[in-house]
Amino acid sequence: MAQRIDVKDVNIYYGDFLAVEGVTMTIDPRSVTAFIGPSGCGKSTFLRTLNRMHEVIPGARVDGSVELEGVDLYGDDVDPVAVRRTVGMVFQRPNPFPTMSIRDNVLAGVKLNNRRISKSDADDLVESSLRGANLWNEVKDRLDRPGSGLSGGQQQRLCIARAIAVKPQVLLMDEPCSALDPISTLAIEDLIQELKKEYTIVIVTHNMQQAARVSDRTAFFNIAGTGKPGRLIEMNDTATIFSSPAEKATEDYVSGRFG
Amino acid sequence: MTTTDSPPAVPAPAPARPRRRRSTGDTERGFSRTFRWITTGAGALILATLAAVALFLVARAFPAVTASPTELADAVPRYPDDTSFIAYVGPLVFGTLLAAVLALLLATPVAMGIALFISHYAPRRLAQVLGYLVDLLAAIPSVVYGLWGIAVLAPAAAPVWGWLNDYLGWFPLFAGEASPTARTLATVAVVLAVMILPIITAVSREVFLQTPRLHEEAALALGATRWEMVRTAVLPFGRSGVISAAMLGLGRALGETMAVLMILSPGFLYSFKVFQAAQHQTIAAYIALDFPEASGLAVNALIATGLALFVITLAVNMAARAVVARRKDFSGAN
Amino acid sequence: MSTDTTTPDATERTRALLTTAEPRRRRTDRIMTVLIWGAFVLAMVPLVSLLWTVLFNGAGRISIEFLTYSMRGIFGGDPSGGIYHAVAGTLIITGWATVISVPVGLLVAIYLVEYGRGPLARSVTFFVDVMTGIPSIVAGLFAVSLFTIFFGPGARFGLMGAVALSVLMIPVVVRSCEEMLKLVPNELREASYALGVPKWLTIVRVVLRTSVAGLTTGVLLAVARVIGETAPLLVAVGVTDSINFDAFDGRMMTLPVFIYRQYSQGLATCRDGQADCVADIALQNAWGAALTLIAIVMLLNVVGRLVNRWFAPKLR
Repeated sequence: MAQRIDVKDVNIYYGDFLAVEGVTMTIDPRSVTAFIGPSGCGKSTFLRTLNRMHEVIPGARVDGSVELEGVDLYGDDVDPVAVRRTVGMVFQRPNPFPTMSIRDNVLAGVKLNNRRISKSDADDLVESSLRGANLWNEVKDRLDRPGSGLSGGQQQRLCIARAIAVKPQVLLMDEPCSALDPISTLAIEDLIQELKKEYTIVIVTHNMQQAARVSDRTAFFNIAGTGKPGRLIEMNDTATIFSSPAEKATEDYVSGRFG
Repeated sequence: MTTTDSPPAVPAPAPARPRRRRSTGDTERGFSRTFRWITTGAGALILATLAAVALFLVARAFPAVTASPTELADAVPRYPDDTSFIAYVGPLVFGTLLAAVLALLLATPVAMGIALFISHYAPRRLAQVLGYLVDLLAAIPSVVYGLWGIAVLAPAAAPVWGWLNDYLGWFPLFAGEASPTARTLATVAVVLAVMILPIITAVSREVFLQTPRLHEEAALALGATRWEMVRTAVLPFGRSGVISAAMLGLGRALGETMAVLMILSPGFLYSFKVFQAAQHQTIAAYIALDFPEASGLAVNALIATGLALFVITLAVNMAARAVVARRKDFSGAN
Repeated sequence: MSTDTTTPDATERTRALLTTAEPRRRRTDRIMTVLIWGAFVLAMVPLVSLLWTVLFNGAGRISIEFLTYSMRGIFGGDPSGGIYHAVAGTLIITGWATVISVPVGLLVAIYLVEYGRGPLARSVTFFVDVMTGIPSIVAGLFAVSLFTIFFGPGARFGLMGAVALSVLMIPVVVRSCEEMLKLVPNELREASYALGVPKWLTIVRVVLRTSVAGLTTGVLLAVARVIGETAPLLVAVGVTDSINFDAFDGRMMTLPVFIYRQYSQGLATCRDGQADCVADIALQNAWGAALTLIAIVMLLNVVGRLVNRWFAPKLR
């Protein structure tokens, strides 16, 4: 079951430095939301606050609230580990565990949660996850080979399979195609269209065509200058953002005048 | 480099003779060339030194290895009658290995813990300072460890060893009669463990710190706790590094002299009773104890035992370095 | 704004999802955290205990006399005499070892970083690593084997110890110098070549000049490493109670060997009412010398690290 995310007045700091200021938005379930904007505007940082992965970065902290179906992710009784299991993430560069086979990579998250999974359940899960990531047919004969032997696009789909094997509610993607060639990129974009039937998807991308192709709604982030915090400029249906944005800065950006 | 063999008048160096130097060689004239030879000579000197160490030890050990048991028994103090040289070195090798392996078993888990602490658990600002503190353990001279082992550790350890001996005496290592002064192999192993902690920690820490951030984040994003992240991403990545670190530590422990010499009450037995006195001796301590007074064939015999130690440590260290070298090829892939 | 689409039911389910504390996993995580902190604390116990013991037992013996007199003619429980001869011997022998090791080590490092390619460089790298693992007593035996060939079986003098220490010190110097030279960015070398400076001058004027602070640190740490070596000196230099400044002739005392010798003397026998007799004076001497030695080692370590911190050029 996909879930909606409500973000209210989020500020993100690195130490004393205010990196992202005053973001309020709603992310709809079973849709693809794209974050676009110039480099350094804080869109990736903001994405990480949606599953508390920013806490890995030393000195990073957040105020404001991020609610998943009305539950604040930063509430006192919320376990950050459970948050990350519920809100999965796919990274910029494919990062399968090099010491594990393809099969073990898919099962990595599940094994953490429930060590005693029967062999047949595990097999089913591996197959369904890899099918979900459109990778099954390519790797079904070499599940015991190391994941690092796959091509870049296959590795990224393996990472997606690994993320959905934990059965998250939301899937965050941080520029998932930036390290891939055009063909692999298309494969991932198709996959995103499949996945949105079941998951809430948030994708950060530098590629405006990609945002236009895959997303239902688009949020544009911008930064006033170096040392200034990033802000959410506007958020709307993707078609509206790319055809008739409300803000001048958005129009300049999507028409390629800067960034 | 080619100034001597290509006359400048010839416009086109027709038969393209295989160039021995890289392109930088072309600019090397005059002193640059000499400088290259000086540094290369220094590099070769390293190999020569190591070869010389081996060669001199072999040459000086030779008379002892070939001497008859009677000759040896006459010349070497503490030499048992009617024993071949191998049988004489045997207990020493055994004692050396037992002490070093015990120290390694004690030190490795703790060293891995410290390495993880500094690389992944300690507050970032403190981590470097805390790392220095561990390095300080390596700076303390071994003779001071010996003093400390006798003055502080042995009295403190004696009741512990006694207790283990009383209640777990069925375990072969803990059997025998616990020495009240604790000048035994168990105490030696603890001191050696402390002495090799820094090297194992330092190498493990380096490989743990090299764990790609991507893999750590992948584990965390799957909902791993910190320990689970360490288990899925850090430990598999650092495994070969830790293995070679442990072997380097083993090499150190094998060759350590003073702490053993000062603490251990020596004996020449194949014995596993680590709480009992007068059971074991290590090669290094044996040499240090007898060498200053030795003369004639005894010197050769001691050098021969030293050669045995040299061979053992060389094998351990080469194995460790080979593991490290292979690992380097690996990690480039990702 | 979320209330109109988020049902209380969905909220509850999500809350259950996000707060599921799995006690087993959380416990494992806690236990491992405690163990890992514990490992560090455990390692600090011997460090603190050792430093405290040395300070506590050694401080009382330190005096001007202790630092400026030798042990010549001192027997039994006589509480006079000192470690001057041992300090001098340690400084002279370590000094000679440094004089031998630094040029060789630095040249090898230059070879490996600036020239080394091919099988020779690979084997040098490998065997430098292997050399770091040579047991110190074996280095001592090597020096004895080498020098007794030329000077007869009884030869024992300072330089023999210096050679033994060099065998231990060279690989350390090579390693640390190599690291430092690698830190010098290639752009600096290329900039120098582009000005027409020959390679050797580039190395001397640019590479070494840039990394001189790091090299100093490396050398000081290497000295600190070998200054406490006991076994090779015991074997190769022997012992004496007198002052000897000549590294080429006669036995020399060094601090670590002094500590060992005093320790192995044990208690002195004092007759009743004998003046100037302290039964455990040898042990006191050992502790006093240990404190002096640790002070020297720590000083080298601290100075070494400070040199690098203060004088290192900002490369990045």
